[in-house]
Amino acid sequence: MTSMNLYLIAALSPLLGALLAGFFGRQIGRSGAHTVTILGVTVSLLASLIVFRDVLDGHVFNGAVYTWALVGNVNFEVGFLIDRLSALMMIVVTSVSLMVHIYTIGYMKEDPGYQRFFSYISLFTFAMLMLVMSNNFLQLFFGWEAVGLVSYLLIGFWYKKESAIYANLKAFLVNRVGDFGFLLGIALVLHYAGSLDYAAVFAQNENLATQQIELFNGVGWSLVTVICICLFVGAMGKSAQFPLHVWLPDSMEGPTPISALIHAATMVTAGIFMVARMSPLFEYSEAALSFVLIIGSITALFMGLLGLVQNDIKRVVAYSTLSQLGYMTVALGVSAYSAAMFHLMTHAFFKALLFLAAGSVIIGMHHQQDMRYMGGLRRKMPITWLVSLIGSLALIGFPFLSGFYSKDSIIESVHFSTIPGSGFAYIAVLIGVFITALYSFRMYFLVFEGEYRGGSGSAQHDQSEHKNHEPHESPRVVWMPLVVLAVLSVFSGAISIEPILFGGYFDGVIFVLTSHDVVGQFGEHFHGWLAMGLHGFQTLPFWLALAGVVVAWFIFLYSPRARASLSVFAPIRRLLEEKYFLDKLNEWCFASGSRSLGNLLWRIGDQKVIDGLLVNGSAKLVGKLGLFLRRMQTGFISHYAFVMILGAFALVTIWLFGK
Amino acid sequence: MLTNIIGSLSLIVWLPIVFGMLVLVVGGEGRERISRWIALLGSVLGALVVIPLWLRFDRTEATFQFVEFSPWIDIFNINYHLGIDGISLILILLNVVTTIFVVVAGWEVITKRVSHYNAAFLILSGMINGVFCSLDAMLFYVFFEATLIPMFLIIGVWGGPNRVYAAVKFFLYTLAGSLLTLVALIYLYRTSGGSFSILDFYATSIPQSAQVLIFLALFAAFAVKIPMWPVHTWLPDAHVEAPTGGSVVLAAVMLKLGGYGFLRLSLPIVPDAANELAPYVIGLSLIAIVYIGFVALIQRDMKKLIAYSSISHMGFVTLGIFIFNTEGMQGAVIQMVSHGFISAALFLCVGVLYDRLHSREIADYGGVVNSMPIFAALFLVFAMANAGLPGTSGFVGEFLVIMGAMATNFWFAFAAAMTLILGAAYTLWMYKRVIFGNVGSEKVARLKDVNVREFTMLFVLALVVIGVGLYPKPFTDVIGVSVSTILDLASVTKN
Repeated sequence: MTSMNLYLIAALSPLLGALLAGFFGRQIGRSGAHTVTILGVTVSLLASLIVFRDVLDGHVFNGAVYTWALVGNVNFEVGFLIDRLSALMMIVVTSVSLMVHIYTIGYMKEDPGYQRFFSYISLFTFAMLMLVMSNNFLQLFFGWEAVGLVSYLLIGFWYKKESAIYANLKAFLVNRVGDFGFLLGIALVLHYAGSLDYAAVFAQNENLATQQIELFNGVGWSLVTVICICLFVGAMGKSAQFPLHVWLPDSMEGPTPISALIHAATMVTAGIFMVARMSPLFEYSEAALSFVLIIGSITALFMGLLGLVQNDIKRVVAYSTLSQLGYMTVALGVSAYSAAMFHLMTHAFFKALLFLAAGSVIIGMHHQQDMRYMGGLRRKMPITWLVSLIGSLALIGFPFLSGFYSKDSIIESVHFSTIPGSGFAYIAVLIGVFITALYSFRMYFLVFEGEYRGGSGSAQHDQSEHKNHEPHESPRVVWMPLVVLAVLSVFSGAISIEPILFGGYFDGVIFVLTSHDVVGQFGEHFHGWLAMGLHGFQTLPFWLALAGVVVAWFIFLYSPRARASLSVFAPIRRLLEEKYFLDKLNEWCFASGSRSLGNLLWRIGDQKVIDGLLVNGSAKLVGKLGLFLRRMQTGFISHYAFVMILGAFALVTIWLFGK
Repeated sequence: MLTNIIGSLSLIVWLPIVFGMLVLVVGGEGRERISRWIALLGSVLGALVVIPLWLRFDRTEATFQFVEFSPWIDIFNINYHLGIDGISLILILLNVVTTIFVVVAGWEVITKRVSHYNAAFLILSGMINGVFCSLDAMLFYVFFEATLIPMFLIIGVWGGPNRVYAAVKFFLYTLAGSLLTLVALIYLYRTSGGSFSILDFYATSIPQSAQVLIFLALFAAFAVKIPMWPVHTWLPDAHVEAPTGGSVVLAAVMLKLGGYGFLRLSLPIVPDAANELAPYVIGLSLIAIVYIGFVALIQRDMKKLIAYSSISHMGFVTLGIFIFNTEGMQGAVIQMVSHGFISAALFLCVGVLYDRLHSREIADYGGVVNSMPIFAALFLVFAMANAGLPGTSGFVGEFLVIMGAMATNFWFAFAAAMTLILGAAYTLWMYKRVIFGNVGSEKVARLKDVNVREFTMLFVLALVVIGVGLYPKPFTDVIGVSVSTILDLASVTKN
């Protein structure tokens, strides 16, 4: 089998599953739908594993599948670039996707849209694979928008829910703002590099770095900076970076499995992947890197803070995702692309785990998502409890767990960086560690420890037959994927830190200038995963995380009085609950603003000026003129004779004086 | 072979017209059934005869192909001169396919004067083919103006309550624009030494001041037709009052006569004026894209919304043409074809809803997906295509035009790319309010999903829209040489 066929199998088998489940869902039934889609994703995972083995042997593929269009001298192609970066992403995408597929059998068991849901998540897997396997900007954009489409469909999966269809429109539009920048970036690349093929563009990076572009009269900008910032605006939309993050918390209106797959593990990391892929461009623009770094730091710190005041279990995890995406972006900003990819991978595992575990809690609680009505679930849902604890520890960076290795690598990289803004970023990521531990263990204590607080309250899905049921452990099909992800969350960091960061895994794929090589500097202090883990207990991040856990324990478990005394922070709490008033600002400025502008242009511009004054005005003018001329035709001979005499006099006068 | 007796271009021009006449003769009160079937046969045959043309068309040849020539009015040297390039061919294809959809769309819906209705569309289809085939300016002008008559009747007879106002506005607006064209053509006849051949016009040198006047005279016709801001206000009214089929043809094909006119006449005949005035045209195009995008956002009538969306999308066509580069112009042509399919599909979708509930108000709907899931899925394809999602034909044209605009000026591309946000906003907001949410009313709850006829139409269109989006190469190949020929002509100075 040629490698091209293998790649096609990897990409297309989820598509096939999606089409079968989507178009013939009624014929093949529920079990048919999940069988074909799971089969498709499994085949894709196996193919990805073979590809992975291949690239480890040093095999790199770069070639076209077909020519999309031929315009002038430019050849727009659909093609694959299979190297270590895409292979890693393929594994992450297909493995998490497979777990989510299996989990969904249990989670969506009672949903009437069962087949449709499987069709969508398989379609998503296909689109995401096309995105990561692309060898050019065009196909990247195709995948980019296609995952956005599926995200739109899945957030609005429960299309009767007003909040869901509000959220999916918002998600699509905010992403479109990012895509707007992204497309401009692509257009700049095409114009100045004459190609959209990665290899051809990257080969010209030094040339692009020396050029200037004049955006405003007389002010020259570095071309590569403008390109990179435009591209990064796309990443800000997709990877939910401040201020384009507003869609992600609302996307929690979708079913939980897709929150795990799309809005935590894979799609939202597309922006991170993209910047890592574009490292040969970003490396030549310190200004762009600095911009990336500062946006990432703001997201990492301030989005984590919002997680502190959420009561909805999924929203806590969502804000945690935003904050962690901020960490990855920070890593990109200090040129630690490999650390960003490393954190992307570990985060995919432990965040998918946390989301799916939250989903398991939600099933166990009969669709109650409010943590104020949970508590003490440790005894009622032991497996979910254990995997959640593992996920939370991985998230806060407890030594030896996967999150520890990746997050510490980022913090250390920032520490060594000299990019402007890295001082601020270092403080932000350190405070972020404390915040992460605080909100994670607030959630953990509220859900799993203490006393059970009833479950009812304002349940979203107020299903009366479930009302009095006790929480219970989820079925095996739900917890099995959790266990697999938990195992990955524990070990994936320790086993892969050395090859990924220091073993030259990304050599020749990710490009870093020597002066920016913070990972290399960090590597000088690295003496194996064991030593790093042991050393982890003595570092500042560990103590910060521990402090977060202790504070969370004190406030939310040990001392209810301490919790009451938090009311002194009421103004801050309000600010956080209102999400820094950004949603209100968007609603007021952009949503209402553009509607008002539209109304103004329509009623004044179109109806009054163009139609009223010019079009119908000229019709009226013609009408008036006609009326005047009609009045002249009175039909009386005497009138005509009178006018004739006047005319004769006038002519004679002109004739006399004209002489 | 039939084409040995009559030229293949004459066949595609006159076949629909002959069938239109036939429908008029055979049909009549009580014979609706037969007139529908003859019309369908005519439209399908009209499309089939284009296939050999598509296959035999030489994609590497820069001159006009399948040329036919015979004298018509000798004293003015006006000739029956036909010939096509790739741009004509692709638009002819769009036209003949649209005609089939129009006949099918009116099948059970039109019950009043069925034979007249179908005849009007068939004759219109032939005339539009005539515009795309003409190489004689007078012939072009005659066909161009003649298309007004059937469309005037379609709106005026089968239209909505305010149809007379809309029909008259449509007629006067576009006629006023094109009368100036006639003046320009007569001037060209004199300067070219007594010829109405468009090819002779290409070779005629014209002083700059005259070029500007000719450009403006032609512009008056084509800008109204396409339509450009600020001469666009006839279109929303015409669409709202037109029957579904009328809207489909208007949006899918008739608007393209304007774009085609720019490419066939304005640019090659008065290249210096076109270059000089291009910045203004670009400015108007960008205003159309952004301004109209905002206006579309707040429309309450679905047809009006799609009409405004059409104007905004036509902004891409004029932008693509007047930035004078390959990406832009190919994008403009692809955008014309793609918009043809997408707007046709969207108007058909509105028609499907209108036939059931007799309302086009967005507010009267809501939650349609509950009773019409298949329709909702198909509608989504077209909504996404209208928003320019990659993988649909809507993306191809917009993408190429934005790429081309970047080569001219960053800010042109910036303004054009606003459509990514605005197009998604107005289309998907409408989609949300119509399709999603709680069931709007008792009537909506009782809606029946699409029948076989409706499903087939929309499904075929969905396949076309996605097919072109995934593999536009056959289309860019057909127009490639023609576009570069026009660009060459437009870059040679003539004064």
